[in-house]
Amino acid sequence: MNNDLSLHSQFAKVWDNLPGWGQLAAVNHTSISRRFMITGAVFFVIGGVLAMLIRSQLALPQQELISPELYAQLFTMHGTVMMFLFAIPILEGAAMYLIPKMIGTRDLVFPRLSALGYYCYLFGGIIIMTSLFLGIAPDSGWFMYTPLSSAKFSTGPGSDFWLLGITFVEISAVSAGVELTVSILRTRAPGMSLSKMPIFCWYILAMALMIVFGFPPLILASILLELERAAGMPFFNPDAGGDPILWQHLFWLFGHPEVYIIFLPAAGIVSTIIPVFAGRPLVGYRWIVLAIITMGFVSFGLWVHHMFTVGIPQLAQAFFSVASMLVAIPTAIQVFAWIATLWTGRVRFELPMLWIFGFLFIFVCGGLTGVMLALVPFDWQVHDTHFVVAHFHYVLIGGMLFPLIGGLYYWLPHLSGRMPTMQMGRWAFWLIFIGFNATFLMMHLTGLLGMPRRVYTYEPELGWDWLNMLSSFGSFIMASGFGMLFLDVILHFRYGQKATFNPWQADTLEWATGTPPTSYNFLRIPTVTTRHPLWDTPKVEPKVENDGQGLEDISHGRRELYGTHAVTGKLMEVIHIPSHSWLPLISASFLALLCISLLSRAYLLALGVTALAALSLFRWAWVNGAHRVMAPLSDKELQRREPKLHSRTLSGPGLWGMVITLLSDGSLYLSLVFGWLYLWTVAPNSKVPDVATVSLSVMALSGVFLTIAVVLYGQIVKRLRSGNATKLVSQLSRVFAFGLAHLLLLIYLTATTDLAITTSAHDAALLVMLMFLLFHSSIAVVMTGLQIVRAAKGFISQTLPYEPAVLNPFWVFTAGIFWVSFACFLILPRVW
Amino acid sequence: MALCMLNRLDKLFILTIALSLAGCNGGYSILDPAGPNANAVRWLWWGMFSVGSLVLIGVCALWWYAMRKPHKDYSPYDVKRITNRLVLMGGIGLPVVCISVLLVFGIPAGHNMLPWPSERTITINVHAKQWLWEVSYPDHHIQLTDEIYLPASTPVNIEITSEDVIHSFWVPRLGGKMDAIPGRTNVLRLFGDKPGSYAGQCAEYCGLAHTKMKFVVHVLPENEFATWLSQQQRSTGEANQ
Repeated sequence: MNNDLSLHSQFAKVWDNLPGWGQLAAVNHTSISRRFMITGAVFFVIGGVLAMLIRSQLALPQQELISPELYAQLFTMHGTVMMFLFAIPILEGAAMYLIPKMIGTRDLVFPRLSALGYYCYLFGGIIIMTSLFLGIAPDSGWFMYTPLSSAKFSTGPGSDFWLLGITFVEISAVSAGVELTVSILRTRAPGMSLSKMPIFCWYILAMALMIVFGFPPLILASILLELERAAGMPFFNPDAGGDPILWQHLFWLFGHPEVYIIFLPAAGIVSTIIPVFAGRPLVGYRWIVLAIITMGFVSFGLWVHHMFTVGIPQLAQAFFSVASMLVAIPTAIQVFAWIATLWTGRVRFELPMLWIFGFLFIFVCGGLTGVMLALVPFDWQVHDTHFVVAHFHYVLIGGMLFPLIGGLYYWLPHLSGRMPTMQMGRWAFWLIFIGFNATFLMMHLTGLLGMPRRVYTYEPELGWDWLNMLSSFGSFIMASGFGMLFLDVILHFRYGQKATFNPWQADTLEWATGTPPTSYNFLRIPTVTTRHPLWDTPKVEPKVENDGQGLEDISHGRRELYGTHAVTGKLMEVIHIPSHSWLPLISASFLALLCISLLSRAYLLALGVTALAALSLFRWAWVNGAHRVMAPLSDKELQRREPKLHSRTLSGPGLWGMVITLLSDGSLYLSLVFGWLYLWTVAPNSKVPDVATVSLSVMALSGVFLTIAVVLYGQIVKRLRSGNATKLVSQLSRVFAFGLAHLLLLIYLTATTDLAITTSAHDAALLVMLMFLLFHSSIAVVMTGLQIVRAAKGFISQTLPYEPAVLNPFWVFTAGIFWVSFACFLILPRVW
Repeated sequence: MALCMLNRLDKLFILTIALSLAGCNGGYSILDPAGPNANAVRWLWWGMFSVGSLVLIGVCALWWYAMRKPHKDYSPYDVKRITNRLVLMGGIGLPVVCISVLLVFGIPAGHNMLPWPSERTITINVHAKQWLWEVSYPDHHIQLTDEIYLPASTPVNIEITSEDVIHSFWVPRLGGKMDAIPGRTNVLRLFGDKPGSYAGQCAEYCGLAHTKMKFVVHVLPENEFATWLSQQQRSTGEANQ
């Protein structure tokens, strides 16, 4: 025991954050995720206040409390804040807090990325909120339909705040998506195969992958619209071969998966809490996993149901209508698996269960109106009315907020080490539940009586007045319930009873980390043999075997995790992760400055800041591997009884991070190809694009150089794999030379091609494609250049073969998008 | 000139009357249809509402019972049996049955609302701009603003276009809505049974005065409509002279 105490203090020395201002350099997942959740709660309050203002204005007919200008900003910002600054970040925060603890590891796999994500979220959120305080907030609705949001019809900077600010915030979402995916796949405790993984992790894995694929369409759309607004590139202008409907496709291609990105983690909370309070394992684990995967895939095929009134061909409407209804099946499977778990268990009715029941009622109701809305003729009537407003509040508040609060009460003892009390929590529940239904249940009728959404007032005698009064009244009851909830949580931190070990008798590993948890979660990484470790094995301990000691040695001063096999959970290597760092804060600050300089249209400043941001990010990449602050080579590491460090292997987390990032990048690129083909074939004034101005021969020559570089690079990796690391510098230099030749030709081509980017949407799209290629080629070339220096310094060698293996997929991807672009953008229109 | 002025005042008067009338009976209510398309949707709604309410009550009751029923020790075999039964019947069977029934009623209903070609169809152009509706009768050189005259019991195709941003044309008591999109022409079929005046409004947020972008559709008996047409043509003819 004494031994453990001194070990604990040694671990704390390595793992704890720096004191004072040093907290800003923290990268630890527990700290960062807490910040995510607290910031998310603050934005929730702001979004809630905006909703209260909306409801005050609508309480009485022909009221003049709020001007139409302000009202438009209010409803736009309410949706934007709740979606982008509350729902997604707070769920990411919850996932980042819980996942490493549940899978039995000490941190997320890319801690600096967690911190960067947080700062991007915080700064982006602040930038967006500033617009509201300056009275120039975006005012075209949270889905920013163009042309209303275009430079012509939104002359102020409101739309720019939205497009730039949200894109900035999305960096945090995508980085969380990548990080959670890799963490879940590669750092589970030894023995935790996929089938032994807690069900919550399946939900988060699905959510993370959906973020990876789902966010890029919106990022691309935002970039295109901002380019249209700032540089006059007419992607959405039908007179120049663009199409406003392209925006809607790209937006909802993101927007519908987004609903499931929000719902899945919440459903994961439900699936975690119910078995604990039913005192038995979740029944139908396989059914649920299957349902989650189905949901993830199907949700990408539903987006057109937001667009049934734009005049899409009937057959397509029928397809998307049926697909939207079918998503009810995986949802219903989960609901009935939950019922079966309760049915066969011995249920304890504690506070979290009350919230779960509230969830069920509201969510099933929202799901049912969802099926109704999927029916095209019904949608033609109620689309864009308060019926839809009521529907999505039922789905989002029922499907996300109620489970989240249930989860809050469930994990409160974990955060604070204290138990919640029933009384105030119950009061808060009933106020919120009754207030919610009073606000939104009869709002369905308001919609059926014909009240459209986003009107700032209405005439009396249409039968809408009492309904709106009721809704406004209910919303204030709900708000008082949230006041009660916040008060309860704050008081609990101070006065709550101390929690015992594993107070709810849960089965998952997070309850073994201590309440509140230490910064390193586990002194010894446990070995897992069942799906319910805390139920089945009384004392969770590492099994001491030849290849692992549970990483209880800390004398080296590194933060270390176990890397395990993605499917079987077999122990593979030791992952060393960075400790506290200022780079995330510095990089995020430069990116925030970039965002601000683009907002104020100071493009020269933007260029300078971009260079600084790039510098700090390349510095970030530099401080890796065998660098002296990370894991310099030492003789000791060979003697200890643990697997190799990951930077001494060929398949560490960096490779996985690279591949997952490239999936996201690929989704971004495919969105661009989609946009190109769409403008060509569907846009109102579409015609075969004229691409004759781009010189095919220069492009092909550039591609040949690129291909040679990629092949040579592949050979380097192959030789490293077989243990041959001779002449690394000269070989890398050859790749660099060919890459540079390719890049220079591409720059020459872009500079000399005569594109009519302000009068032709096709030419504008061509330029974006060329920029896309330039961006990737430059990064590949610069990174290879850095690797030459690293090889010369001995960071890449026979014992350190890792880094080329990480960069290799990036080279392959760069060549891939180059040739796909060549075929789709340049050859196809010529042979058509 | 004086005639023109009178005409405009006349129109304003009619508009006011019509709006107040529309306010009294049904207003913008989907539940008070005045044509076969809107009527079909009303029936769909009440059907879906009934079934949906039953499902909601059933699922919540089942959940509550599962939570509150006296505890019994189930053998692993029983657990499997109960799970499979609940998941197969509730999780797959229930939605499949509900969706199939919904499609059986919904597909024909939607099919009937489409602008199928027919010899009796008349076409009216509606051009939306911030924040009014320009209405024109292509065969008759008639221009109106914010009001449309239709013959009863006749299929009418509204060809919807937009000048600036996206709007949405919607007369709730006659049928569904259709967006007005710059660069495109969308067609909406309207069919009014009962003569009367019906309120219409823009349904897609289109800027500051979106709330005020309203119009009226007057459904006239067929013979009155013919009279109205010839009157209008005469007055535009005179105005042109």
